[in-house]
Formats: sequence, structure tokens, C-alpha cells
Amino acid sequence: MIDMYLTREEQRMLDGEEGYAARKSMEILAALGDIYGAERLIKVGSVQVAGVSYHNLGDAGLEFLNELAKDGRVRVLTTLNPAGMDLENWRSLGISEEFAAKQNLVIDAFQRMGILISCTCTPYLIGNLPRYGEHIAWSESSAVTFANSVIGAKTNREGGPSALAAAFVGKTPCYGLHLDENRTPDIHIQVNAGLTKLSDWGALGYAVGKKAENRIPYITGIAEAELDELKSFCASVVTYGAKPLFYMGGITPGSESVQPPKDAVTIEEGDIKNAYDNINDEVSSIDFVCVGCPHCSIKEIAQIAELLKGKKVAENTEFWVATSRTAKQLADKLGYTETIERAGAKFACDTCMAVAPLKGRFKALATTSAKGCFYSRQNGMKTKMGSLEECVDAAVTGKWS
Amino acid sequence: MELKGRTIFKGKGEGEALVTSQPISFYGGVDPNTGEVIEKGHELHGKSVKGKILVFPTGKGSTVGSYTLYRMKKNGTAPAGIVNKECETVVAVGAIISDIPCVDRVDIKMIKTGNMVRIEDNIVTIF
Repeated sequence: MIDMYLTREEQRMLDGEEGYAARKSMEILAALGDIYGAERLIKVGSVQVAGVSYHNLGDAGLEFLNELAKDGRVRVLTTLNPAGMDLENWRSLGISEEFAAKQNLVIDAFQRMGILISCTCTPYLIGNLPRYGEHIAWSESSAVTFANSVIGAKTNREGGPSALAAAFVGKTPCYGLHLDENRTPDIHIQVNAGLTKLSDWGALGYAVGKKAENRIPYITGIAEAELDELKSFCASVVTYGAKPLFYMGGITPGSESVQPPKDAVTIEEGDIKNAYDNINDEVSSIDFVCVGCPHCSIKEIAQIAELLKGKKVAENTEFWVATSRTAKQLADKLGYTETIERAGAKFACDTCMAVAPLKGRFKALATTSAKGCFYSRQNGMKTKMGSLEECVDAAVTGKWS
Repeated sequence: MELKGRTIFKGKGEGEALVTSQPISFYGGVDPNTGEVIEKGHELHGKSVKGKILVFPTGKGSTVGSYTLYRMKKNGTAPAGIVNKECETVVAVGAIISDIPCVDRVDIKMIKTGNMVRIEDNIVTIF
């Protein structure tokens, strides 16, 4: 009935001899393997699990995770995506008691499975860093794109349950982006526009995503790119339409041995402006500023602290700095936390604007993130995207100028 | 009439067919409390999938849709079986974790809404 080759151990798991979680996991992996024509399972170095927020899981999702947690234990390093709230400081972010109680039950289930409660979309910044060419099974589209395109690891874009299945078996079916023949670029995108601030990388991601349309782009014309810029670009390009893999000439490992395809388009200044026009709404009053989609690096936190020095966030505006617990602990030691909190801004660790229950809470968002704008519109907010300086200014004045 | 397909999740399911030529997104597209299709502009908008043999070409949308199917199963609003032209990750995983019989690689044009249909592993029988 299963077309894919299974080892004796894999067959035992499928037959239920290793318990419920292993059997369900093998059913998922075998079905996906057959659907996408995999010949076998391959070992993975690590797993990143999405689908953590109670806001998205609901009671049924929680029930399913509790079922799996009875006998499911991960076999490889497994990290976790953001939850629906800061696990320590949820009260100050306005999260209800009911939501917090349910979210904690979700976290308990993941903990019983042996997963690191990292709650970040940037696992590569907190100790889950694959090597070049390594097979991994990650969910979280921005991290998947970063792993494939900046690190040169190999992963499909997993969903929450298929990533969990890979963690319990330690393997994933070998298809899609695990195979070199599916990793060749199919559109050449030459960038002729200058990029001067962080949000320009989000705008570029929008422009490339729209032009690549579910293809793999080979991007040229970018001389330099920093970690935070690439992190922002990865989140945007996959949100707005590309496959979770790109080549950036001279930056993506191995890009020098790959030829840009003949099918070519360019990105001009006008395309970047058009991206801003599409991402930004007509709005001037800002009641929510959120930076950290993907989660802020320690360098970004340092920049925010510097900009907030001696300033005060406007009375009717909420300013969240979304980051990992790990980066926050570093910020505590380095004094950035004190500066940021003294200005009236709040840390939102373990969570973010895409997965927290924010529907109806705020009217207008200012952010550095193109992906953040996409999800906040689904939460009914008007959106403005700009530089860190513009976002801090919006937080202090309550206005976008 | 008997149609042979590929088993995605084995098992037996029987009911009235509800057929669409459009892909379905369970997350945001179907109300897990009622089983009603709520995606605006969808052919099945306003129809309930509860207890039906749901026939559609393929899934689409967020991977959270797998959990939506699981929620529907727990709420008693899930379809009795799923027949796809070509199954993809969201629906396959959803069917597996929810114990919903699911078969694909079937010529779904042969099935009409209102037909009585039985799924048994990879065999779809139309009465």
C-alpha cells in the first residue's frame, strides 16, 4: 500500500509497535512521501515546529498535541515557533487569563515531547543553526527561506504536524527541496534599485515575491547584505509569493556555481515605491508600533535602545519589541532592556504580531516589517512600513509623519 | 460504478456526495463549528460538508487547515470521507490526524453532488 521504501524500524513504527505518536507520525510521513514521489525517508539534523499559538490551534489542536505528548518524544534537536503571548510577561501585553491558561497547556504538551521551548521564528540565532547542505525539517516560512537561501541547508516548507512527525521519527521524506534537481533557479531577477534602510529589504521582498510567483529566483545586483536585512527579506519574499528558496549572487553559499536562468526581469526604483504603496495604508494616527518580525536580533535591540534614549512613548500608543527570550536575556545584561522599558516600550518575548490574539485591539500599526503588515491587515489594522527611526518617531509622537 | 484511486488515509466512509471543481481552504474557508463553507465567492459557499463525502480537486491555504479538520472531527462537523483529484499536504495531514478516510487520483468529474458514495480504502463506489 505504501510505495516508498521503508526500513524495518520505520515499518515497526508504522505498525504501531513504538506507540501512538510514532504511528501517526509515520502515517503522515509515508502519505506525504507517496504524494510527492519520495523514494525513502532521510535523516534530519533538526526540526523547527510552528503552530504554537493557542489562537490558531484552538481546543482541538491542544487536544491533538496532548494525545501526541502521551508517548511522543523527539529524536533530534527540535525548537519551537512563537506562541500567542509572552510566557512570563503576558499580563502587561493585555492577554486574558483564559487565553494564558490555554496557551500554557499548549506549551506543557510541547515540553513533555522534549522540545526546546525557544518560542522564536529565528531558531538560527539561538542555537539551532544547521550547516551548509544539511537536511532539516522546518516549518515557519521565514526561517525555512533563511535556512535554504542564506545558510544553504535543505528543507521543504513544513506545516506544524508534518514537522512534529519528522521530530518524532528523526526523518523526513526525500522530495522537493531536499533534491538538488528541484533547487535550480527558474527566474533571473536583476535589482537596479538602491536599498538604504531596513524596510527597503521588506519592500524588495514584496517586489521579488510578486515577480517570482512560486518560482525560485536568482537575484543579482546586490553587493552587500547584513544578517538583519536578509532576515527581513526572507520573511517578505516568501509571504508575497516566491518559493522558500532564492539565490543571491555572491551571498547564497554555492551561488557562484549556479547559472542565472535566461528568463529575466529587473527591479527598478519604481518597483520598490510600488511595494511601499501597496503595503502602506492612508493613515496618520498610530496606536501600535511593533518591531521584530522576524524576531529582533541583539543588534536591532541595541539600535532601538539607542533611538529611545531619553524619549517617551506616546500615552495612547503601545510599542512592542518582539524577540526571543535568549536575545532579551542578553539585552537585560547589557542594559538595553532598562533603556527601552524606561521609555515606555514593552518587550514581547516568545510571541509576535502575527500569532498573538490582536484582532480588534489596535487600529493602525507602524513597523519595519513587510510580513508584519500582511498579517496585521488580517487582524483589521491599517499599516505603515518604514525604518527603525520612523517607527520610533511614530511611537513617540503617536503619528506617522 | 467503481473508481480506483490511491489511499491517503485508509478506512470506510459513506454518504451523499458534495462536489466542487474549486480547491478548498479549511483554515478560514470552513467554519469548524457548523461545517459550513464560508469562503466568499466559493461554489460551495453556505453549504455544509458535515457527514458528506466531500469531493474537490485539491486543498489550498494555510497549514493550520489540518487542525481545522481535526476540530471538525471533534465537533462532529467533519465530512464522512474526502475524495481529491490530487491530494496535498494540508488535507492529507488533516485526514490522517482526524481519522477521515481519504483517497485521491480519482476522476472526480464522474461524481455528482447528491450521488450516494462509499469510500473503502482506495475504492470509491457510486450507487
